[in-house]
Amino acid sequence: MKTLLTGNEAIARGAYEYGVSVAAAYPGTPSTEILENIAKYPEIYCQWSPNEKVAMEVGIGAAIAGARTIVTMKHVGVNVAADPLFTAAYTGVRGGLVLVSADDPGMHSSQNEQDNRNYAPFAKIPMLEPSDSQEAKDMVKLALDMSERFDTPVLLRITTRIAHSQSLVELGEPMERAVEPYKKDAKKYVMIPAYARTRRLFIEERDKQLADFSETVEVNRVEMRDPSFGIVTSGVSYQYVREAFPDASVLRLGMTHPLPKEKIADFAEAVDVLFVVEELDPYLEDRIRAMGIEVIGKSILPAYGELSVNLVKKQILAVLGVIGEPGEDASGEAAAASDSDSAEDSGACGCDCACDEAAACATQPGESSRAAEPFDAPIRPPVMCPGCPHRGVFYILRELRLVVSGDIGCYTLGTMAPLEAMDTCICMGASISGALGMEKANPDLARRLVSVIGDSTFLHSGVTGLMDIVYNGGTSTVLILDNSITAMTGHQHNPSTGQTLMGKEAPVVDFVALAKALGVKRVVEVDPLDLDRVKAVLKEEVAAPEPSVIITRRPCALIVKNTEKALECVGCKGCKACLRIGCPALSFDKATRKVVVNSALCTGCGLCAQLCMFDALRKAGE
Amino acid sequence: MKTGMNILLVGVGGQGTILASKILSHVALAQGWDVKMSEIHGMAQRGGSVVTQVRLGEKVYSPIIEPGEADIIVGFEKLEAYRWTHMLRPGGTMIVNDQKIEPLPVLIGAAAYPEGIIEAIGERVNSLTVVPALDLAAKLGNPKAANVVLMGVLASVMDIARETWDAALAARVPARFLELNQRAFAAGFDYRDGKEA
Repeated sequence: MKTLLTGNEAIARGAYEYGVSVAAAYPGTPSTEILENIAKYPEIYCQWSPNEKVAMEVGIGAAIAGARTIVTMKHVGVNVAADPLFTAAYTGVRGGLVLVSADDPGMHSSQNEQDNRNYAPFAKIPMLEPSDSQEAKDMVKLALDMSERFDTPVLLRITTRIAHSQSLVELGEPMERAVEPYKKDAKKYVMIPAYARTRRLFIEERDKQLADFSETVEVNRVEMRDPSFGIVTSGVSYQYVREAFPDASVLRLGMTHPLPKEKIADFAEAVDVLFVVEELDPYLEDRIRAMGIEVIGKSILPAYGELSVNLVKKQILAVLGVIGEPGEDASGEAAAASDSDSAEDSGACGCDCACDEAAACATQPGESSRAAEPFDAPIRPPVMCPGCPHRGVFYILRELRLVVSGDIGCYTLGTMAPLEAMDTCICMGASISGALGMEKANPDLARRLVSVIGDSTFLHSGVTGLMDIVYNGGTSTVLILDNSITAMTGHQHNPSTGQTLMGKEAPVVDFVALAKALGVKRVVEVDPLDLDRVKAVLKEEVAAPEPSVIITRRPCALIVKNTEKALECVGCKGCKACLRIGCPALSFDKATRKVVVNSALCTGCGLCAQLCMFDALRKAGE
Repeated sequence: MKTGMNILLVGVGGQGTILASKILSHVALAQGWDVKMSEIHGMAQRGGSVVTQVRLGEKVYSPIIEPGEADIIVGFEKLEAYRWTHMLRPGGTMIVNDQKIEPLPVLIGAAAYPEGIIEAIGERVNSLTVVPALDLAAKLGNPKAANVVLMGVLASVMDIARETWDAALAARVPARFLELNQRAFAAGFDYRDGKEA
């Protein structure tokens, strides 16, 4: 039976069908739904770990203990997990170990767009890249088999368009979930230098075997058609190539480390002109060129953003001389292609013609071959929800003109207008340690410096930063915005929420006791909806010449059943003071010059009423 | 149906485009077509712009619809329809819910909600159907069914048997909401008759 699944659902299904017993992750878009879907199979033990390094280590332990294991994270998460990963490449595994890295070309919801294919040669582990959901599922099996056969972790690298696109998948029956019996093998799993040197040599031998395997593995496939030009490609780019050039010869690489060099050389030999179509870095291109093969890639396609069918088609046709010169600024085209494309990107005609005719059409662009210019529409950025407990905190931070060292989560939205209360945001956990660095560089900042971090991010990698502030004599204030959930990625549990991924009750981290245990003497809890109190506490703690922690405590507005009445606005003077809080439930009616409350959105949190000097905003009926 | 079809569903986080796309893909599967559907999550729940791309046909490669190549656009909110109009192919069909949801820059007075959106779209698009989906759904008892009203309108412009849609609805909507959604779907399906803008 064929079912429509996202790449993430397909990977979860693969874990179920191919004998995975343990799964671990920290949520991160676009990887989150893999573990959420694995959690639907009670046969698999699964967990959210506090961060990706811990998840990787749980996975390595499980694989050493003999279980088939999968660990998933977003691209930047692999940076966090890199330390254990690089040594797991030495120890190898007993049960198969697959690391899924979900990259985000175009940065739909990420702070950078690093190309994690580079991790495979860097960590010396093999890599697979699916191009749709069926392959995503199949490659879970291939990765597990390879992991066990070659004694190595395997990187399964996907991108947003694989993770979040649905395509048809054939479902199968689950195999037996067997765990290998445990056997101590210190020379393999204890990486003291003497043992590691032996394993280092093993890696060299393994790499050779994997390179041979890469020549014959079915996922590295030559599709020989018209030999006048050939395209080497992998991942979702394969789909763009097939659609842009149905008659072109293609070398589809499903295993992209180690590369099948002979296969690539033979393919290059068999075609007149060789192209590489890949998103982000010239990963394949550089390696093919290093083999002494002439190849065209990033000179016509951008090294950032997402590719598209039309971009690939237009740039390659131009090189082939079918239409003019390749666009000089291909990178600009990619940027346009990934958000609101400009007319020039639509090189193909609107009809259903095959590629050759499309090329002909493109030489004589008629009106119907061009997309219209987009209308100029005001942007619709994501916003903190009505009733969000973070909103008021950022309002006060701005009012007090504090320097705010920010972090990754919903509260990063505090940087947007009208709150605009964030100075920096680098990566998970960097708010607290970054603030320490700012203070050390410029002690004058210390008395107006706060770091802002959510409960899940604090547990991910904020704890060590706070430890560092105490240890190294920092004096800034840390705000832990505790909304009792990992909200940004869609409400996953963490060690402070009292529940596990598998739905079991769990002990709750006590932030007050934890901060005190780290050596913080000033720890205050405050209700973030009480603006006067938030302000008073912030002033006092920032002024104190020693480290302090303020915990604002209110559950995410999306996880509580709201029973408050909506507010209404009566007797508005039109001063707009309440609008400075940026609540989507409030708007200004230009005709009446009064603020209007959208009662369908208003949660009755009452923040706006605290800003109104005329008592115009009240609970309905009061 | 021609060899392939591209349908774009655009709206605002929380408007129910996901359920709508599930119904649509269910219908496509029942027809025995290849389907690819792509959506970008992340911050959609926080009131951002939401776009779902559905591609149907004998064989579908790219999951992405290119500008100027959508056969049908269903706009669940009119500013979003306006924002994505350039994705429509010449001669394509546009269905727009006549509902206004102001984005934050408009709410705080930093930007203006464009005037005359429907007229501007109408000047570019020959086949435009404007639907008061929210009102129709509210009259049936629940404004949240506006998404299914719009699916009814979509069904009325697609060459697929009504029974197939009904079966998809029954498969994708929880039983306790099915009756309401069936009426919402019917309201949308019958809306087009004689009322095309």
